[in-house]
Amino acid sequence: MSTAVLRRTSLYDSHKQLGGRLVDFHGWELPVQYEGILKEHNAVRTQCGLFDVSHMGQVWVRGPQALAFLQKTNTNDISRIGPGRAIYSHLTNEQGGVVDDVIVSCFAPDRYFIVVNAATAEGDFAWLAKQAEGFDAALENKSDYYGMIAIQGPKAAGIVAIDTPAALALPRFGALELSIFDQPSIITRTGYTGEDGFEFIVPSEILSRVWDNLLTKGRSLGAVPCGLGARDTLRLEAGYLLYGQDIDTEHTSAEAGYGWVVKFAKGDFIGRAALLAQKEAGLKRRMMGVRLLERGVPRPGAPVSIEGRPAGTLCSATFSPTLQAGIGMGYLDRPDLKPGARLSVLIHNKEVPAEVVAMPFYVSEGLKNVKA
Amino acid sequence: MSKPEACRYLKSHEWAELEGGVAAVGVSEHAQHEISDVVFVELPKLGRQVKQGEACCIIESVKAAFDIYAPLSGEVVAVNDAVVKDPAVVNRSPHEEGWLFKIKASKPAEADALMDYPGYQAFLKTAVADGSH
Repeated sequence: MSTAVLRRTSLYDSHKQLGGRLVDFHGWELPVQYEGILKEHNAVRTQCGLFDVSHMGQVWVRGPQALAFLQKTNTNDISRIGPGRAIYSHLTNEQGGVVDDVIVSCFAPDRYFIVVNAATAEGDFAWLAKQAEGFDAALENKSDYYGMIAIQGPKAAGIVAIDTPAALALPRFGALELSIFDQPSIITRTGYTGEDGFEFIVPSEILSRVWDNLLTKGRSLGAVPCGLGARDTLRLEAGYLLYGQDIDTEHTSAEAGYGWVVKFAKGDFIGRAALLAQKEAGLKRRMMGVRLLERGVPRPGAPVSIEGRPAGTLCSATFSPTLQAGIGMGYLDRPDLKPGARLSVLIHNKEVPAEVVAMPFYVSEGLKNVKA
Repeated sequence: MSKPEACRYLKSHEWAELEGGVAAVGVSEHAQHEISDVVFVELPKLGRQVKQGEACCIIESVKAAFDIYAPLSGEVVAVNDAVVKDPAVVNRSPHEEGWLFKIKASKPAEADALMDYPGYQAFLKTAVADGSH
């Protein structure tokens, strides 16, 4: 157990006051839950939830060659977004392994903004800075400057509209620069829950004012503070990857079932040759969604077998509050498997019957109505 | 089912209420709060012989699995299927509808090794104080 001092976000006192159970999350002291994971999960699916995601990192990329630099380091085609738009993408190394999964926003042809994962923020910045050599583009790591709040769920738009009505016009993956409490801030219509929602990226000094304001005004519309526990069940139901657990440098985007973020046609990028070779050779393993056919709760690391033969392990797994069933996803050495294929998951030394299911496990009806 | 004050407790937060040589077993109010939302319970099989302190039942929350230990040695003579159908009953009513199983005690004197209610309350205070709960 590390005895290193945990980092706290500027909402630490709020979390304590709200009864949050604080845990060590990649070196950050953050709430795993307030009143309970099920309640918080269901609030996001039916009403609204607020998350402190200030551990996430932020990097500005500015300069005439900002786009060229991003095209080199990203698998997705960043030229597809213009000002006011964001895109989900992977950063890959020469071997095609995933260095991080990120959201890149464009605010001007020479001004982009990357949100990176907490656990990888320092490493990403060093890696990006190295790749930026030779480009007329300046990188600025603002991870310590910004705090970040996600407001998610079918009621999120109505709550956000109260004080920031401009955000309501955002399409899904829209990105807006605006002033909040006289501070330059960003709102994106993005999230990690599978519901409609917004992420507020604001200077840390106003973070607690933004949090209090959204929570106070959102309470009557059903908004509750949510912890990392609900964040994890929500994102897994939505089929979103958790970096470090589901993907890393040992796995590729295609293996993770995210081949769609790799755009070979856009031209060269780091890892392109390796990924193209893998595509031509065919996948030897692939991320599969698994659902238990009997009661039980699978956990990360649970071995999966097919007709008694080991086929892989689950990277992420939990009890799905929405489906009321055990679900998980993991790399199986049978990329040919189709939904309905039978397998079993080892839980407490017992083989529990399960089947392959299409991902995501859950699709929000409300999200379908948000302009793309 | 049981009054907290009439129960005996393990340090791992199981309660046992011994009546006529049969002990009903469940988890304490403190334990249900710490476990949080119970979503799955795996009960011991009827007829199983268990030893005092043996892990014989599993309670799972969304985040984690918790072993439940037998407070007394003996045979499992009843299990509460209601907690399998509706695991949240363990949270709502840990001492009554949320009981888990019953043991026909083979060594009733083992109960002397368990904490009584005031002892358990005192234990909770020290456990919480040193953060080891």
